[in-house]
Amino acid sequence: MAGPLTVDIVAPDRTLWSGTAERVIAPSVEGEIGLLANHEPVLALLKAGTVRVRTGESSDVEFEITQGFVSFDHNVITIGATPAETDEA
Amino acid sequence: MGGQQRVYRQRIRSTQSLKKIFRAMELIAASRIGKARDRVTAAAPYSRAITRAISAVATHSNVEHPLTSERHDTNRAAVLVVSADRGMAGAYSANAIRESERLRERLEAEGKEIVQFAAGRRAVSYFNFRHRELAGKWTGGSDSPDVETANEIANALYEAFTASVEDGGVAEIHIVYTHFASMVSQEPRVIRLLPLEIVEGVAEPGEDVEPLYAFEPSPEAVLDAALPRYIEARVYTCLLQSAASELANRQRAMNTAVSNAEDIIRQYTRLANSARQAEITQEISEIVSGADALAAS
Repeated sequence: MAGPLTVDIVAPDRTLWSGTAERVIAPSVEGEIGLLANHEPVLALLKAGTVRVRTGESSDVEFEITQGFVSFDHNVITIGATPAETDEA
Repeated sequence: MGGQQRVYRQRIRSTQSLKKIFRAMELIAASRIGKARDRVTAAAPYSRAITRAISAVATHSNVEHPLTSERHDTNRAAVLVVSADRGMAGAYSANAIRESERLRERLEAEGKEIVQFAAGRRAVSYFNFRHRELAGKWTGGSDSPDVETANEIANALYEAFTASVEDGGVAEIHIVYTHFASMVSQEPRVIRLLPLEIVEGVAEPGEDVEPLYAFEPSPEAVLDAALPRYIEARVYTCLLQSAASELANRQRAMNTAVSNAEDIIRQYTRLANSARQAEITQEISEIVSGADALAAS
C-alpha cells in the first residue's frame, strides 16, 4: 500500500515531486520537523536545508531547498519551496 | 506598358516574401504557445499552495498585518500594466493599455493619484510618448517571462507598498494583465494585489473555533515570510498568462496577415495578367495595322 501521506512539493515554476509517502522531514526555522500520518495541522516556515521524503521501504527522495513553507492538513502535505541552485534543471 | 507589368511583378514578389515572414512568425508563435501554456499550468500548484497558506493564516489567526489592512495615510495607487515587447500581436498591447487607462480614470475619479509601472516595451513607449512618468519599467522577455523578472517586479511593488508616505509609498497596487482563457479568447483583467482581499471562508458559527493550524514559529512570522512569496507568485502568474495571451494574439494576427498577403498577391497577379494582355493586344494591332498600311500602298 502506498504511504498514508499525500505529498506535493512545488517550486514557483514547476512541481518538483508529487506522490504518497510515509514520512516527511523538513528543515523548519525552529529545527527539523518530522511529519507522520495524523500529525496536527501545522504551517511552518522552512529554512535552507534538505527535505526528505520517505516513500516506502528504504527509499528516500531528497530535495535541497533555500527557503519555503510546509503545510500539513488532513494528511495532505504541501511544501512550497525555492529549490537550491544546484538542483537538476 | 512594359513598365506597368514590371511594377506589378515587383509588388507580387515583395508581398510574397512578406507572406513568408508572416507565416514564419505565425509558426513560431504557434510553437511557443504550447510551452507558454505548460508553464502556466506548471506554476499553478505553487500559486494555489501559497494562496491556501495565506488564507489559513489570515482566517485562523487574528493577525493585524500592514499588508492585509488598508492604508489611509496616502492616496497614491500603483498600477502595473503588462504588455508585449514587440508589436505584430494585433490589439493585444493596445487592449491591455486601454484597460489600464480605464482603471486610471476610475481611480482618479475616486481622488487617487496614480503611480504607473509598466512591463513590456510597448507599454513603456506608450507612456514615454505621453511624457508620463514611470515608477518602474521592465522590458525584455515578455513572451517567456522568468521567475527572476517576476521577483524583481514583485519586490519593487512590495517596496512601494511598504515605503513611508515621504518615500512615495502607495496605498493600493493593481495589476492589469491579459487573462488567457483559451486559444481564441483572451481578455484584459484588473486585479488588486494589495492590500489583500482575503476571501474569508464561511465562518463556522457556534463554539469557539480554536486556531486550526499550529504556526511555526508564529502566525506573524509566517505571514511576514509568506506574503512576499505570495506576491511573487501572483505577479509570475500574471506574467505567464500575459505571455500565453501575447503568443495567441500574435499567432492570430499573423494568420490574418498571411491571408491578407495572399489576397494582395491574387489581386496583383490579375492586374499583371491584364497588363500583359493589353501589351500583347497592342503589339498585334500595331503589326496588323502596319501590314495593312504596307498592303494598301
